[in-house]
Amino acid sequence: MSGENLTSSEYIKHHLTNLTYGQHPDGSWGIAHGSEAAKEMGFWALNIDTLGVSVLLGCFFLYFFKKAATSPTVGVPSGLQNFVEMVLEFIDGSVKDSFNGHNALIAPLSLTIFVWIVLMNTMDLIPVDYIPHLGQMIGIPYLKIVPTTDPNMTFAMAFGVFFLILFFSIKVKGPGGFFAELAFHPFPKYLMPFNLFLEIVSLISKPISLALRLFGNMYAGEMIFILIAMLPFGLQWTLSVPWAIFHILIVILQAFIFMTLTIVYLSMANEESH
Amino acid sequence: MNINATLIGQTIAFMMFVWFCMKYVWPPLMAAMDERAKKIAEGLAAGERGQKEQELAEKKAVEVIQEARSEASDIINLANVRAGEMVEEAKGKAVEEAAKVKLGAEAEIEQEIASAKEELRKQVSTLVISAAEQIIKSEIDVKKHKKLITDVSSQLGAA
Repeated sequence: MSGENLTSSEYIKHHLTNLTYGQHPDGSWGIAHGSEAAKEMGFWALNIDTLGVSVLLGCFFLYFFKKAATSPTVGVPSGLQNFVEMVLEFIDGSVKDSFNGHNALIAPLSLTIFVWIVLMNTMDLIPVDYIPHLGQMIGIPYLKIVPTTDPNMTFAMAFGVFFLILFFSIKVKGPGGFFAELAFHPFPKYLMPFNLFLEIVSLISKPISLALRLFGNMYAGEMIFILIAMLPFGLQWTLSVPWAIFHILIVILQAFIFMTLTIVYLSMANEESH
Repeated sequence: MNINATLIGQTIAFMMFVWFCMKYVWPPLMAAMDERAKKIAEGLAAGERGQKEQELAEKKAVEVIQEARSEASDIINLANVRAGEMVEEAKGKAVEEAAKVKLGAEAEIEQEIASAKEELRKQVSTLVISAAEQIIKSEIDVKKHKKLITDVSSQLGAA
């Protein structure tokens, strides 16, 4: 438990608050203390911890993969290259399974999504008190180190995918074709408004379900870690160890689901209308 | 957990990462992997080819060995026959030679016998003549019996 003077709900709240930088209602710029203060900052505020950790992990991912890619040997691969190639092979297989046609963007996109989400989710396995405590020691009041438990993160990726869905839909089918797909299915033409409503809901539900699925899973997992951390410390390991082991599965599974759905959505967008 | 400008920042970061990955990570790695796959396929094909060749070579080697063996046995047989022939020939020659030697020896012996006979006859005739001379000297007058002596002597010469 973080600090003996905190109540349980304060402890939980503290762990679930991002380090938000923005403009206070009184006009000064600074770090929000508590989620209410962060809310008062409105839209133009930044969650520094989410941004920092995710960019750090993204650079970590790209650094190692780039390192493997700068001098790829055609001979027997070893160590890092072997691992990187294993991941690539896996992604490439998934893409080939679900994506019809050829597109130079899909595979690197899937790779980025998968590895980045795995790395961010893995932050969940670091004991919940370590990093926030460390932050407090050096004067950072809040630190939420799992970027995927911040809806900003998951929605950002989902919107990125959504833009690509729109882009490919319009590129492949043309604006008219895309509109036709939305308006003339699944019912005949004279029910166009109903069709439009139905198809637009299903279109918009794609990024939202992507984002919320990942966010919900990771948020709930984090929450359970926090709750386990409130047990008497002699008992914690009896729950945290099994949960952490189970969580390894969730970490990879959620990344895989996000990636696979991205591929499927983009494959649908890339297809000529049926 | 408020939605704020982090959303925009994350979207930009995400796009940059995807772009970087697409530009600098995926293509070289994929190219290397494809090339390796090709190399491995080639290697496997070459291995298979080598194995087939080896099998062929083994078969050929067996054939060659068999041929060589049969040739060798032919040669041995021929040699045996030839050896037999040579022995026979040698034998024949030896017999012939022996016969020749024998003939020569016989002729020599005959000659010897003839010359011995001649000698003997000469000596006998001299002896007879000298004996006859002795007798005749005492009883016969050479002048009287000249014709008789000549007759006897010529008769002896003819014998």
